[in-house]
Amino acid sequence: MSSGLEPAGFPETCPASQDKPEATAAAVLALRVRNHPGTMSHITGLFARRGFNLEAIVCVPVDDGSTSRMLLLVSDEPRLEQVERQLAKLYDVLTVRHRPDLTRDFFAKLAPSAMGAAPGPTA
Amino acid sequence: MKITGANLLRTLLERQGVHTLAGIPGGASLPLYDALHAAGSQNAIRHILTRHEQGAGFIAQGMARVTGRAGVCLATSGPGATNLLTAIADARLDSVPLVAITGQVPQALIGTDAFQEVDTYGLTLPVTKHNFLVRHPAELLEIVPLAFQLAESGRPGPVAIDVPKDVQVAATEVHAWPAPGGPVPSPACPEERIDAVVRLLAGARRPVLYLGGGVITAGAADLAQQLARRISAPVVCTLMALGAMPPDDPLFMGMLGMHATKGANFLLEEADLLVAIGARFDDRATGKAAEFCPHATIIHIDIDAAEIGKIKSASLGLVGDAADILRRLLDRLPTQNHPAWRARAAELRETHPLTAPPRTEDPLNPINLCRFLGEILPPDTIVTTDVGQHQMWVAQAYPVRRPRTLLTSGGLGTMGFGLPAAIGAGLAAPDRRVVCVSGDGSILMNIQELATLAELGLPVAVLIFNNAQLGLVRQQQELFYGRRYVASHFTTVPDFAALARAFGLRGIRLDADRDPLADLAGALAAPGPCVIDIPIHERANVFPMVPPGAANRQMIAEPELTSSHA
Repeated sequence: MSSGLEPAGFPETCPASQDKPEATAAAVLALRVRNHPGTMSHITGLFARRGFNLEAIVCVPVDDGSTSRMLLLVSDEPRLEQVERQLAKLYDVLTVRHRPDLTRDFFAKLAPSAMGAAPGPTA
Repeated sequence: MKITGANLLRTLLERQGVHTLAGIPGGASLPLYDALHAAGSQNAIRHILTRHEQGAGFIAQGMARVTGRAGVCLATSGPGATNLLTAIADARLDSVPLVAITGQVPQALIGTDAFQEVDTYGLTLPVTKHNFLVRHPAELLEIVPLAFQLAESGRPGPVAIDVPKDVQVAATEVHAWPAPGGPVPSPACPEERIDAVVRLLAGARRPVLYLGGGVITAGAADLAQQLARRISAPVVCTLMALGAMPPDDPLFMGMLGMHATKGANFLLEEADLLVAIGARFDDRATGKAAEFCPHATIIHIDIDAAEIGKIKSASLGLVGDAADILRRLLDRLPTQNHPAWRARAAELRETHPLTAPPRTEDPLNPINLCRFLGEILPPDTIVTTDVGQHQMWVAQAYPVRRPRTLLTSGGLGTMGFGLPAAIGAGLAAPDRRVVCVSGDGSILMNIQELATLAELGLPVAVLIFNNAQLGLVRQQQELFYGRRYVASHFTTVPDFAALARAFGLRGIRLDADRDPLADLAGALAAPGPCVIDIPIHERANVFPMVPPGAANRQMIAEPELTSSHA
């Protein structure tokens, strides 16, 4: 599937974290989705139904609110390509990209208490 | 022009060319039904009142499977919607275009546990291609054409539209009508991929074509046959692809998988190149996937990119419309002769025939019955099946000669599919004979639709292969659970002929001692609907059988005495 940096949008404002050893390999997928009440259900439902791991979600409306940017923290496993292809089939999902520049740390910094980690330095 | 949501929905369905839909009304869909009543125009929609919403869902599927266009079914909120779910899920797994419309409680009551309120959007989400909850009547102008577009484009599937009652009642301004939604062509597969197929085929010595239901959906059966002849490749079909190749074609090896033609499974063991077209490497077809086609390079052609490599990694994947890809491939593909390979295929076919005792000796042997049906029924007959042993006997022994003449629940395996699907087929193809082959277990799961059939008077014959068993369950208990039979035998079986008469239909029961095949032919020759109860041997099994999870080569063969007397 496609890879590379997102052209614009909220994730660019976040600094890419340094690579660190991790318990399980994780990957970050960046989605652009239609912003309406069922979209999140479609995406989380897909992960549940197909038995894919989904560790964290960040979702922010962009533009005029008609679309959202979504970052998914998922397991970096051989089935990841299948996950991406199934995501791409959803009508509400407009694009699916890899974000190799982001790691689990990105999510950890957003939710320090939930991750049981100390808050990172503010940028 | 101001128009209510209900009238808007009806008009949009008319503009889609929907002439028949099936459903059952209820409180939350009454405004829509009122709009159907008010329709006086010449393209008025015919509503088929079923006796259970699942029947409506499968009637819509029957129409869709015969025509390739989206079938439409209609249900009210709550139980109406939940009763549709099985038919929707079934359409999803078999890639059948379906538009399911449900009434919903008024938006003000959503979330209050109102009478007949259920989260239809949430329930249909995992079993549809896409689903909608309509919040304003004006949204219908976009949603209805889009629903048909999604249902019929790419890999077809079901789309659900949930319409709250207040949306049906509210009026909205319509300035212009949208164009009807229909199939949107898929992006073309790149040229270099097709060239790569040519190169791989050039190096193959033992190629096999593995056809799935996508070949029929794409209208690519003729092209697949041309490809097979061009490269001397024997052809195996999935259950969903039966009819894509004439059963008497010298290259046709039959069905692969759990209840395959034996030679087909053995041939795949020897193949050095497998061309999968519109097939998804389902476990019933591949057996243990890791050991499927162990020596073959795989070329996988599918309209759904997510199928490439989902189960089995392919050396070459081509995403696109099978007809387009095959046409372009045939334009540049040289003829190849593999006489030794063709001879090997013929040898396997002849060494492993599907056997049955002589017809005179055992006319009601299921294999003999299916073969007999193939002899007496016109070639354009549409056969539907339910799910179980009878389904597999039909797949093995009934000669499916044309695409879209075998309608069967392949993916979900829904008992109760056969009768309403046959009614749908009869509605879609009113001049053709429709035969529903069912079992005594399956038929009871939607028996109420006999009332619908009696009302419509369609030429649907229901054949019940009656062994007083859930036969395929009993067979598995016999083979894999030490003959510990639990909940697979019916101690009470209704008199189906009398039951048919109670519904106002012709009903007969064949008698093994009184030339049953002549009686069967006679009953099928008479016009109109009928129910034919056929007593078969209680212990008849489907052979060969690959144990679930085993490799396809590990087929359990039929016992020495092929006659399966108890």
